[in-house]
This record gives sequence, structure tokens and C-alpha cells, in this order.
Amino acid sequence: MRPLEPRRTCAVLAPGLLALALVSGCSSSPPAGAGGHTPPAPPSARIVEPPPRYRVTLAASTLREDQRILHVLNRLGYGPRPGDLERVRQMGVERWIQRQLEPERIPDTVLEAALGDYPVLAMSAADLYRDYPPPRQQDVQRFQSGQMTPQEIREVFPPERRPAVINAQLQSAKITRAVLSERQLQEVMVDFWFNHFNVYALKGPVRWMTAAYEREAIRPHALGRFRDLVVATAHHPAMLYYLDNWLSTRDDLVVPGRGRRGLNENYARELLELHTLGVDGGYSQQDVVEVARCFTGWTIERPQQGGGYLFRPLAHDRGAKHVLGTTIPAGGGQEDGLAVIDLLARHPSTARFIATKLVRRFVRDDPPKALVDRVAGVFRKTDGDIRTVLVAIITSSEFISADTYHAKTKTPLEVVASALRALDGRLEPPPAPGAPARAVGGGLTLARQVARLGAPLYEAQPPTGYPDVAEAWVNAGALLGRMNYALALAENRLPGVRTDVGRFVQGVDRGQPAAVLDRIVSVVLQGEISASTRQVLVSQLDSPEIVRATVDDRGPRNTDVEKLAALVLGSPEFQRR
Amino acid sequence: MDPCTRRAFMKGGALSALGIGLGGMPRFLLRAAAAQGTAVRRKTLIAVFQRGAVDGLSMVVPHGDPDYYSARGAIAIARPASGQPETTVDLDGFFGLHPALSPLKPLWDTRRLAIVHACGSPDITRSHFDAQDYMESGTPGVKSTADGWLARGLQATPRASGAPFRAVAMGPQLPRVLRGEAGAVAMGSIAEFDVKGEGGASMTGAVDARRGFESMYEQGVRDLLYGTGKETFEAVKMLKAAAPQRLAPANGAQYPRGRFGDSLKQIAQLIRADIGVEVAFADVGGWDTHAGQGNERGQLANRLGDFAQGLAALERDLGDRMDDVVVLTMSEFGRTVRENGNRGTDHGHATAMLVLGGPVRGGAVYGRWPGLRRDQLFEGRDLAVTTDFRALFAEVALRHLGVAPTAPLFPGFTVKTSGFPGVLV
Repeated sequence: MRPLEPRRTCAVLAPGLLALALVSGCSSSPPAGAGGHTPPAPPSARIVEPPPRYRVTLAASTLREDQRILHVLNRLGYGPRPGDLERVRQMGVERWIQRQLEPERIPDTVLEAALGDYPVLAMSAADLYRDYPPPRQQDVQRFQSGQMTPQEIREVFPPERRPAVINAQLQSAKITRAVLSERQLQEVMVDFWFNHFNVYALKGPVRWMTAAYEREAIRPHALGRFRDLVVATAHHPAMLYYLDNWLSTRDDLVVPGRGRRGLNENYARELLELHTLGVDGGYSQQDVVEVARCFTGWTIERPQQGGGYLFRPLAHDRGAKHVLGTTIPAGGGQEDGLAVIDLLARHPSTARFIATKLVRRFVRDDPPKALVDRVAGVFRKTDGDIRTVLVAIITSSEFISADTYHAKTKTPLEVVASALRALDGRLEPPPAPGAPARAVGGGLTLARQVARLGAPLYEAQPPTGYPDVAEAWVNAGALLGRMNYALALAENRLPGVRTDVGRFVQGVDRGQPAAVLDRIVSVVLQGEISASTRQVLVSQLDSPEIVRATVDDRGPRNTDVEKLAALVLGSPEFQRR
Repeated sequence: MDPCTRRAFMKGGALSALGIGLGGMPRFLLRAAAAQGTAVRRKTLIAVFQRGAVDGLSMVVPHGDPDYYSARGAIAIARPASGQPETTVDLDGFFGLHPALSPLKPLWDTRRLAIVHACGSPDITRSHFDAQDYMESGTPGVKSTADGWLARGLQATPRASGAPFRAVAMGPQLPRVLRGEAGAVAMGSIAEFDVKGEGGASMTGAVDARRGFESMYEQGVRDLLYGTGKETFEAVKMLKAAAPQRLAPANGAQYPRGRFGDSLKQIAQLIRADIGVEVAFADVGGWDTHAGQGNERGQLANRLGDFAQGLAALERDLGDRMDDVVVLTMSEFGRTVRENGNRGTDHGHATAMLVLGGPVRGGAVYGRWPGLRRDQLFEGRDLAVTTDFRALFAEVALRHLGVAPTAPLFPGFTVKTSGFPGVLV
């Protein structure tokens, strides 16, 4: 699939092997000079808890300790679950961060078991194409002509074998990971880089390639080295197809019987604008053309049937190229593309662009310039070592300052996943084949909620991916969508998703609605609620429905407790992280 | 204070001064209801953004330009040939419509469709993102502009009522062009625009939840989140009273299936419900045809067919109301004049924009045609821009929406009526 670059990949480790594997040096080492690098112990040693590779010391801040923990759980993950605050307090927040920076050390058995329901995750594009093939052309014509009954269509083109199953599983798995994974930072970074190197899963055969793209090109490098991400995405059929590079040839290529071919600028432009330098990174239209020439011949073998990367020397432009003032000599073949990537990955504009995006993700919508400068410096010095760059962000005073607390508005995925985590909700597995047609797994239900809030997973059509600023997600329709999600979730109305708010208020005197409210605010917001929102909730307690419920001898109806929880989940406070 | 906060604050202040509170019928609703019988109809602009850079040379074909057919091989749209359906639909002997746009031909014939060709941005970027941003902020080359030009236009023509539906965008995100102090509503669909508790929106439980949420977001206008929340509930109440979803498409209008058709259908419902819509926005993607764009048939033809059927249905549905409606289409740039190696086109410069409606001086293609000979092309490859998009947009804003010439519609650009393309009566 990717013949050019030997990959340093950590397999997911079974917990029993964990301790041994930890010292075998399987993860990529941070560069020399990176803070806190500890040399690996000799292979014979069995160390249960080896010292962290990355040491993290949070900057001083006026935030209270619990607020610091909540801030970290909200920024480096998909928000706290009940009990997380206590657990992290006990472990120490800095140690929690250090562990998150080495996800391969964190056992994740619950997640791994849950992901067993989504076989497409492990399948190659070719296997997916075989098992979830497109409908045959003659069948499509018969569907469209109205000659077939729905039943006949189901027989010819069974729903469980349709290509749409792939994306449904991918979306469900993504939700499941955000909700269940102990490796929260890794999931955040996989999401970040997928969005950065976006592909649109519904563009032609990309639907069969997306699972492999995330698994092979994004996930192994999410906390690795930036250049490896560029190399892996550049070679991947999903990217080659999505941005048309598989079609791009030298300008004078004539294919006998099929006419003239030529250059396609699409990938070259987005590589410069969106993946590396940024739009103001100092390149010209001529640079776009030269970069496109370098990547000619990088194509896909049998693109419609799930084939892999292929270099076609005949399609390659063998002439010399001039990219950003550097000459790439003639005759380099497929090395031309790698030379471009090296040039771009080390370019100061790239350091600045990636630093800006990461600071926007982890700190605030308008990235503080001084922090971006420092982080870009670390990026350059470490040759794009993502972990060291993250440590620079996390340990900055800007990250932990009081005016960064709750300064970000959650994206649709963040609000959907964090609400489920807050209620400790359960996702039911997808229905087995033969289950009633309406049955649906919890992951897919939540993926549909994310789509309704404006960000369907793996389905961002433009190469920019989804925006990471509040103004993209805060508008009337989306806000109502968030409130409706809160209501449906807390009232346990979402198919395949189970919540039980009632158990959080067990042992609380139901005759004292204020005590019930305090418990819910404590569970969902860890008590971090504004006086004005609290006042509104208190006034809700006077509503006839809730009062009636709380004086009912048979015990309160959960609806009312649920409604209170829904109000808290839909509150302005919960929309922030 | 960021612009949105300031906007929400000012607006909140204005509303409380009018005595709109939680209890009872908000006054603006009563006023809106009372106005329905008597008030003059407002002018409405429907802006449609073709995201992804539509190939203007396939949409409005310069079949009379000798260089068109030499620059394009497989993807050229065949010369007009009467009686042959899959050829360019001739308009004036030089330009013609893509055959998939033939649903719009009757509008051309009745002079309700005008075309501005070789229209675009003075900025040379070929980045989708930047070019869309510039076309929406109205400030080509300047990224720091906080608001959109339509928002500034609305802000410059204030309405005392503070009606929440002055500007509405169909879709899950509020587009850049409507962000700003004037305020605007974005919605995925009319049906989903409410708080829905157990048993649906009509149950008492839902009313409580709605009231609870409303009160939480009413607690002062501190930032974007609170400001938007406050506006949201004003809009929900108004929409419930007006119930636009009961209005089925009129005059036999048939919208194409899919998101674009749904957006236009609901825009028509909102306009027909008389809730004070002055600007409506819809967008439609799929125009980035780098490979296999097709000719009379194919990928682009399918997109154009959907586009034209949607616009034609909208025009039919709105009927007499089109006297007060202008539909303006736009796209961030055009595509290369020469076909690329993959039977597609890469990012170019100028494109074609459509203006339709009652107030339009239709049946004409506006703007100077720069030609397609290599030495006439922008940077030797793209259709040159001869009409700055701001001149067209300014004409629509001033002549149709009544925005004052002094309004800061396009900072850094002097709006001169003499520079208008002249598409409106």
C-alpha cells in the first residue's frame, strides 16, 4: 500500500503483553532534545509502570484544582464521565496527561470489545469492495425504471451488503471510540488529523477506501511525526482519488486510443494550501503547477476496485521542477513527490500553520500570537514531532489560564459524545443480521445526531474539513438541535442509546427538589454552573409537573429528573469546553 | 466586545424596550400579524451560492466565440441545433444555456432572467475557501473582515420590529455572508425548528423544556452563544404562529428531490408566510469538476439540471410574489478555459451569475465579453473578470433592498451607480 516509507507503527497491544512491549521501543522516539525523553530500559527488564517519555508540568493558573482537571478532560478528550474527576484527582492531572501522550500504554479492552461489532474497520478496500459491492449497472437501470418492487430490490441488492453499510459502521465506530476509549487524546488527534487531511467518503470509490485511510494513514501517526502524516496521506488511494491526483499526468501524455492526458492541479494546490504551508504560506500559482508536476504518476491500481498506490513512470513528468525556489532535478521519478513533501514539512510556514490550527483546537478560536510563535518554534526544532508540540501547548500559561477555561464551544461531535459520557450512557450494539429493519445501534443513532448538528462524520465534502470556531456551530437551528438532543438523550428516547438519569439521584431526598438539582448539576457539570443558569433551574422546580412528581407517594416519575438533566445538558455551560 | 455580542446586546436592548417578555404574545408578533393585511410587501433577495466554483463556460456557453470549441474537446457543449434537445440552448446568437438549464429558458423569454458573464473577484486567489470567504465578506483580499456583506446591508436598513426572520439561511451553518450585527436565522428545516420534548412539541412537557431553555439563554447577552439563544426563541415563537409548513407548493411547482430543492421549497414557504423575510440564502455544492465533468450529459449536467429545476420551481411557486423578489446566484470563481487532462477543468477566474425575478431587466447577457483567445485570458489560462462581483451585488442591494449608497456594504470599494451592470429595473 505504501511502499516508499518504512512505517514505525505500534500494534494495539493486548494488556498482558503491555508491560513487556513498553520497553521494547516500539513507538517512535521523540527527537533529541525533546523534553523528558527517557532512554528505553534494557529488553530483559520488566517494568510495570515505566517512567513517562514526556513530562508535563502545567503552568500556574488561577483555576482551582478541580477546574484544571475538568479543563484538561474537556480539552484533551471528550469530557468527563461520572467519577472521572475523582479518578484524575487521585492519579494527578499531570500524570493523566502524560499517560494520554503514550496511548499505547493505556489498556483499552472495553473499547476493543465494542469495536468487534464493526468488522469494516479492519478490512482492506479490496475486501470491502468485494463484500459491499456497488449495485450492478443493469440493476440500477431496473431500480430507476420502477420495474422492481421494494422487496425485489432488497433481494437483488440486500441492505446489509450495500456500500452504505461501510460508512454507517465507520461513523458508529468513531462515536464509540470518542465515548468509550481510554485513549482520549489519541481519539481527539485522529479526529483532528482526519479533518486536516480530509477526504469525503461519499466521493465515488472513496467509500471503500476511507476505513483503510484512517487506519493506515492517520491513526498510526496521530501522535507521531507530521511529515509521516503527509507521506502517508499523499500515497493513500483515498487521498489520491479524492483530490484527483491519480488522474494527473505529464502534460504531453497521449494514451493510444484514449487521447491526451495532462496535469491536474487539485491535490497539489490543497497540499500547499490546506495540508502544509497554509494559504498565506508564500506560494504562487506556478508553485502549484510545479508541485503537480512532481506528483504526476502517483496513481492507484484499479481505483474502482479497491487497489493500492501505484507509480506509473510513463505518466510522470521527468523534467526538472522549481518549487518555492528549490530546484528538483530532472529524472527523480516518484522521489520528486517525496522531495516536495520534505521541503514542505520543514518549511517555516508549515510550522506556523500547523501550530495555529493546533492552538485553535486546544486553546481558543483566536490563537494567541505569542503562543503560536512558540509552538511553531517547537515544531521546527523537533522536525514536527506532534507529541512535543502538544506538550508545548498543554504546558503553556495560555492553555490553563482562567480566560481559556470554557472559551471553546463544543463542535457537534464533541457535544454529542460529551453528553453521553456525562450521563454514563450505554450504546447498544448494531442489530444482528435478520433483526427488525428499524433496529439501529446506538453509535449510528448518535452519528445521525452529529449530522443533524451540521457535521456528518466522514462526510465533509470540501477539502478544508469542518471549521473549528464557535461561529460555525452556533446558530438558531443548531442550538435547537442541541437542546433537542439533550432532551431525547436524558429522556432515554434515542434508539439504541440507553441512559438512566434516575440512578444519579438515588439516595437523594426527593422531597427536596433543590437537592435533586444539585446532584444533577454535580453529575453533569461537576457543579460548574453560573448563578443565572442555576436560578433558572431552581425556578423550573416550581413548575407544577415537577412538584406533582416529587410529592407522589409512588416515587417521582423519572421524566422530571430527566427533564432537569436535559436542561443542564442543553445549558450554555454544557455547550462549552 | 466582539461584533456578535454587540449585535445581540443592542438587539436585546431594543426588544426589551418594546416590552417583549416571556409572558404573553410578543409585540412584534402582534405587529406582524396586523401588518399582514395592510403593509406594503417587502422586497426579498434570495441568494444562492454554488460552492465549489461552477464552470461558467458550460453553464452559459459562449458558442459564438471561435476559441470556445478549440479550447474544449470532450467537455464542450454542442453548438445550438434547432430541434436537437442535447445542444446549447441559444439565447442571443452568441451565448446559450447548457441544455440542462432549459427550465430557465421561459424566464429568459419573458425577460425575467438576466445573466452577468465574466463576473468575479478582483482577487486572484484560486483557493475555494478564500474565494468564498471574500465573496461573502465582500472584501476581496482582506481576511480580517468580521461580518458578511448581506449582514451589513441589512444593518444599514434597520427595521424597528427587530423581526427575527429578516434574514434566514437554509442549512446547518450560518453562512459567512449573513454573519454580523443584523442577526440571521439558520435552520436545517422548518419542521425541526422547535424544542421537542417527550411526545412531540405540542405536549405540555415540551413547553416546560422550551421555557426552561429560553430562560437560561435569556440571562443576559454575554456572547455569541447567549445572543443566538435569545434570538432563537424569538424566531421559534414567530414560526409557530405563522406555521409556514402548511403552505404546499403553489401553481403546480415541483421541486427536485434533494437538499437544494428542499431548501428552495422552504424558502418559498417562509416568504409566503409573511414573516418579514428580506434575505434568504441557500447553497448547493458539487461544482468542483476536476475530472469527468461531462458535456451535455454527465456530472455537471446533473448538477445544473437540479439547479435549474429548483430555481424554476421556486419562481413558479412564488407566482405574483416574484414581482418583489430577486434571485441572485454566485460562485467563488470559474474554471480553466482549457479542458484539463482528465476531461475536467481546474480552478479558474471569472464565471457567470444569474439574476432572476420580476424587477430584473431580463433577456440579456450583461458585462463585457473579454474573449477566449489565449492572449485575452487572465494569466493565459482563465476567463478574465470584466464585472467585479461587488458592482453586481451592490446594484442588487441598493436598487432592490433599498440599501443606502453610503452604507459600508463593500469597504474599500466605491459604489457608483454608473458602474452597475444594469440588471435591475
